Amino acid sequence: MLLQQIINGLTVGGVYALIALGYTLVYGILELINFAHGEIYMIGAYLGIIFLGIFTASGLTQYSLFLSLFLTFIMSVIVCSAYGFTVEKLAYKPLRNAPRLNPLISAIGVSIFLQNYVMLTQGATDKVFPHVLPVTTVKFLDVTMTSLQIFIIIASILLMAGLHVFIMKTKTGKAMRAVAQDKVMASLMGINIDRIISVTFIIGSGLAAVAGLMVAMYYGLVNYSIGYIAGIKAFTAAVLGGIGSIPGAMIGGFVLGLIESLGASYLSSEYKDAYAFIVLIVILLIKPTGLLGKSEGQKP
Amino acid sequence: MLPELPVTCHSLLVTYFIMLKLENIRTSYGRIEAVKGISLEVGRGEIVCLIGSNGAGKSTTLMTISGVLAPAGGTIYFEGNETRGLPAHKIVSMGISQVPEGRRIFPKLTVRENLEMGAFLRGKGQGAGGKGDFASQLDYVFSLFPVLHERQKQLGGTLSGGEQQMLAIGRALMSQPRLLLLDEPSLGLAPIIVGKIFRTIRDLNAGGLTILLVEQNAKAALRLSHRGYVMESGTITGEGPGNELLSDPHIKKAYLGE
Ligand SMILES: Nc1ncnc2c1ncn2[C@@H]1O[C@H](COP(=O)(O)OP(=O)(O)OP(=O)(O)O)[C@@H](O)[C@H]1O
Ligand SMILES: [Mg+2]
Repeated sequence: MLLQQIINGLTVGGVYALIALGYTLVYGILELINFAHGEIYMIGAYLGIIFLGIFTASGLTQYSLFLSLFLTFIMSVIVCSAYGFTVEKLAYKPLRNAPRLNPLISAIGVSIFLQNYVMLTQGATDKVFPHVLPVTTVKFLDVTMTSLQIFIIIASILLMAGLHVFIMKTKTGKAMRAVAQDKVMASLMGINIDRIISVTFIIGSGLAAVAGLMVAMYYGLVNYSIGYIAGIKAFTAAVLGGIGSIPGAMIGGFVLGLIESLGASYLSSEYKDAYAFIVLIVILLIKPTGLLGKSEGQKP
Repeated sequence: MLPELPVTCHSLLVTYFIMLKLENIRTSYGRIEAVKGISLEVGRGEIVCLIGSNGAGKSTTLMTISGVLAPAGGTIYFEGNETRGLPAHKIVSMGISQVPEGRRIFPKLTVRENLEMGAFLRGKGQGAGGKGDFASQLDYVFSLFPVLHERQKQLGGTLSGGEQQMLAIGRALMSQPRLLLLDEPSLGLAPIIVGKIFRTIRDLNAGGLTILLVEQNAKAALRLSHRGYVMESGTITGEGPGNELLSDPHIKKAYLGE
């Protein structure tokens, strides 16, 4: 029972962590809470359904399920990254030197716009993920895991490991860290700040697309409003880990997933969504800088 | 100053000898004008210093040259090309590197990563501007400041003030600039380290690097420099060879404490 809940918690936790990374990456560089990020995730879920639908209608899925799913992931990531890139260019970049409240309000506006845009183009009712996945389960001790759960946990861990290597080892990753620490100095190094910001939005949106697609596969249903609650939970995960901290977002996501899953089974499942908010309030009261955040986090 | 020559030849020579030229540059922060129409020149191979009291506009001038601040008026030429309006990262690629006031080391990057950022535009690839280039430049910086070699893996923020200044200079050199802008490199350092920094500046210049130096430590700066400018509340109020300014009574009184 306990182990079962841990597995369930890690599954949703991995998804929260992937979304939380998008919040934390953008916050680290722009000190902006990108409220539209949950909508990018929601669009990722829809794109998954759309692309898999296209590949199924064209017979590719029947030919090779693996290839079809693989291409669905790739296409969703590419298109979602394009959305993230465009949102930054249109809604945030013009406000780069404005007071901090302005881009925040712009982000809320983008969030509302994207929700309505998807509702109008895709309809207000739930969309069903194509039934193409074989459901295989693995039994291990008392625990039942679906192949999809194993896939989600492994995929999110691999993506996070990949992101970590990218940020720590590559030239662009190091430049991202430099820009997060001191933008003026980074520009004096010859780093094009606008490009680094774009890369940040592209990566964050790509991760959100994967998260959205995996959730669509996991729950089977998608709705234009799913970005809202997932966004707030992932934001909680990012704050829990220490906003701006990349390992923090990863740990925060898993911890939040576990709290939800254990809370739902041992306390009450009615309040499942409330646990995230309780966690958020408790952190803000006790340790606003989060698990891995620095106490001198506030910049002058 | 230059011999009589045909006009085109003359202008070519001027472009060659005058590396950096500011004409009537004005820079403001919001409504406050911090630099009020200054003109100055830095010749190829020179060390030129810019002295002046707190708030005179020296750092603002350097940030304007580097393209971090956009001037409200005037023109800037670097090696004959107008740079005004170009973003900071483009100006670095033209060959101007700055060591800003307060050093601004990336505290959470290692010493080596800080140096790698300095070489951002050089890349680590093959061929021209490539790997060999990076490695040899890194060796050169380590030969100037051996302590950086020992501290390679340490985070920049954990270095002492003197070490951070050396890292800041080393980092600026990684882009292999032709013009180095230095903003108060001696600030807050022990005299022995100041001596080392000033000797390094002289050696770099002897190696062919052109330097524009901003300093509070006016005496040491004027001794080191070929020429100097004096800046007061946003305008240039004096200029001349270093030793001439050193013996100017007004400057002696205002900046040398004599
Ligand atoms: N970011 C800013 N916003 C508003 N005013 C500024 C800003 N930076 C500098 N100033 C003002 O511009 C003027 C020139 O400042 P600047 O930093 O260029 O002086 P400085 O000559 O470098 O002085 P110091 O020797 O103290 O470094 C000062 O009056 C300062 O208060
Ligand atoms: Mg200054």
